[in-house]
Amino acid sequence: MTDAPLLSIKGASKRFGAIAALEDVSLEVGAGEFFALLGPSGCGKTTLMRLVAGFETLDAGRIEIGGADMSGAPPHRRPVNLMFQSYALFPHLSVFDNIAFGLRRQGKGRAEIAARVAELLQIVRLEGVEARRPDLLSGGQRQRVALARALAPGPRLLLLDEPLGALDRQLREETQFQIKEIQRRLKTSFVVVTHDQDEALVMADRIAVMRAGRIEQIGAPTEVYERPATRFVAGFIGQMNFLEGHIENGAFVGAFGRLPAEGGGLLQGAKAVLAVRPERIAIAPTTQENPGLDGVVEDVAFRGETTHFRLRLPGGETLRVSRGADSGAPFCVGDAARISIAPEAGRIFASE
Amino acid sequence: MPEGGKRRRLTRGEMLVIAAPYAWIALFFLAPFALIVKISLSHPAQTRPPYEPVFDGAGLAGFFEKLSQLGLDAYRGLAEDTLYLDSYLSSLTIAGGATLICLLIAYPFALAIARAPRRLRPVLIGFAVAPFWTSFLIRVYAWITLLKDEGIINHALMALGVIDAPLPMFATSGAVVVGIVYSYLPFMLLPLYAAIERQDASLREAAADLGATPFQVFLHVTLPLSRRGIVAGALLVFIPSVGEFVIPDLLGGSDTLMIGRTLWNDFFANRDWPAASAAAVALLALLLVPILLYERAQLREGAR
Repeated sequence: MTDAPLLSIKGASKRFGAIAALEDVSLEVGAGEFFALLGPSGCGKTTLMRLVAGFETLDAGRIEIGGADMSGAPPHRRPVNLMFQSYALFPHLSVFDNIAFGLRRQGKGRAEIAARVAELLQIVRLEGVEARRPDLLSGGQRQRVALARALAPGPRLLLLDEPLGALDRQLREETQFQIKEIQRRLKTSFVVVTHDQDEALVMADRIAVMRAGRIEQIGAPTEVYERPATRFVAGFIGQMNFLEGHIENGAFVGAFGRLPAEGGGLLQGAKAVLAVRPERIAIAPTTQENPGLDGVVEDVAFRGETTHFRLRLPGGETLRVSRGADSGAPFCVGDAARISIAPEAGRIFASE
Repeated sequence: MPEGGKRRRLTRGEMLVIAAPYAWIALFFLAPFALIVKISLSHPAQTRPPYEPVFDGAGLAGFFEKLSQLGLDAYRGLAEDTLYLDSYLSSLTIAGGATLICLLIAYPFALAIARAPRRLRPVLIGFAVAPFWTSFLIRVYAWITLLKDEGIINHALMALGVIDAPLPMFATSGAVVVGIVYSYLPFMLLPLYAAIERQDASLREAAADLGATPFQVFLHVTLPLSRRGIVAGALLVFIPSVGEFVIPDLLGGSDTLMIGRTLWNDFFANRDWPAASAAAVALLALLLVPILLYERAQLREGAR
């Protein structure tokens, strides 16, 4: 990044009693970037977001927004707004007054507030409900009001805590794209906290995968997906096969046989795990003259765009394989199949 | 909101359950109240009971004759005698003032308890209601020893040299207000605490996040969201205070007019039961009508 980062977190640590919620976390979010904090519940992502918003104080480390140190700054003096997971809409105020809340605190005039609220309602595609109370709105409408309210003061950085968590599946997918579109239009930096890998992959420019108060990997969605830095990241994002084995002469050797694979810096004889995505495994009939491992098809699941196979290898391991529709010979349950894994398709991690 | 327009027929058991509270109200509130209304329409008399007519089952003809003797004389008396109007107004003023002071004292306490660590809250609430374990009468008597000319407060102030002569505090309307505030404070505190405690903390965070200073958070979020608690507490303090009899009798002076006392005098000293009953009915109407109107407005707003 050439520009100075909008949000800079350096060595952030936070404990709650005996529990370390965050340990030495550092990351940077650029201006106009869509950033995702991804991890299972309890990984510290919400704590990190609350620290940025100013609801918690750091035990160690430093948070800077736009170059200014935020230590000691109360929430109402930070150029950051937060969209709450529960939405936290004010039940005693109308939709209009909810969205206008931040504008009134800025001392804006009546006409300016009305214009800005109308603009925001149009941005989130929710017009005609200004006078209603939040409890009379649907879940999807409430979510939009919460987004509009958080955007209203024009923050440089918007934090979104599980913004789609309370929506049903269909609405969620639709809203993912809307949020991304709004972010692109407004060029505000978004930091979204989520436990849903799909959300992070679809929306974010970069993802920080967190686990137990630490950051495991920061990278673009393709990078995190294709080149997971740790075994945890490999298993957390997307479908993944893990095969146990060890390293022998530049090849990965398991109970099933041996596969040519990059050693990943592991020593000869070291115990290792091979991680390989289902779609990176080639599957073909055994009759063909190609090298590979033979297995038996245990299950075939047709899912429209893709077909998923479950194979049993000679060593007893099961392997999930997927491939695009109408690519190659059909397989039935009980068929023998030959699979091959290209050296660059798998990642090798040390056994834990 | 009601789901559609369909209404299921109630089973016999459900009707019985619903009927129980209605029967209770009918038996212990409406029936006695009807008796009071009837007495308020009677005439005072030197008999036992001290009013006429008395319906004692003298046949249908006698019933109608006696019915025709009922009249609004007692209410006319209420309107003509300024003592009643003065008592009402003075009762409303004292009760209103005491309610306001209760609110101003109880709100910070309720807020502090609601913001205290979760395990401490029941303890603090326990302290707030602890005085209820001693007799109400004894607690009001205790205030006499505090407020009297030769009481503890005057004694201490004179010993410290703050004042030369004792402050006349006892037997004043002020003493009545103090007594009411002291006695009814928990009734204000508890609904306020309940209203503040159940507020979602994320609403305050959202307000702060949107740029509200701590005072603005209180003004725009905490206070409006505790409105129901304020109304409930105010009604719980105001209504019994208006008709309060013991506190003005013990702490008030001879010039402290309160409707409860006037009523008592009519009933026991003057033995004018119809006048006392009429005053009681009028008091109920004066208090009940505004409350019912308010409740209705609340319901309508809730349904909107």
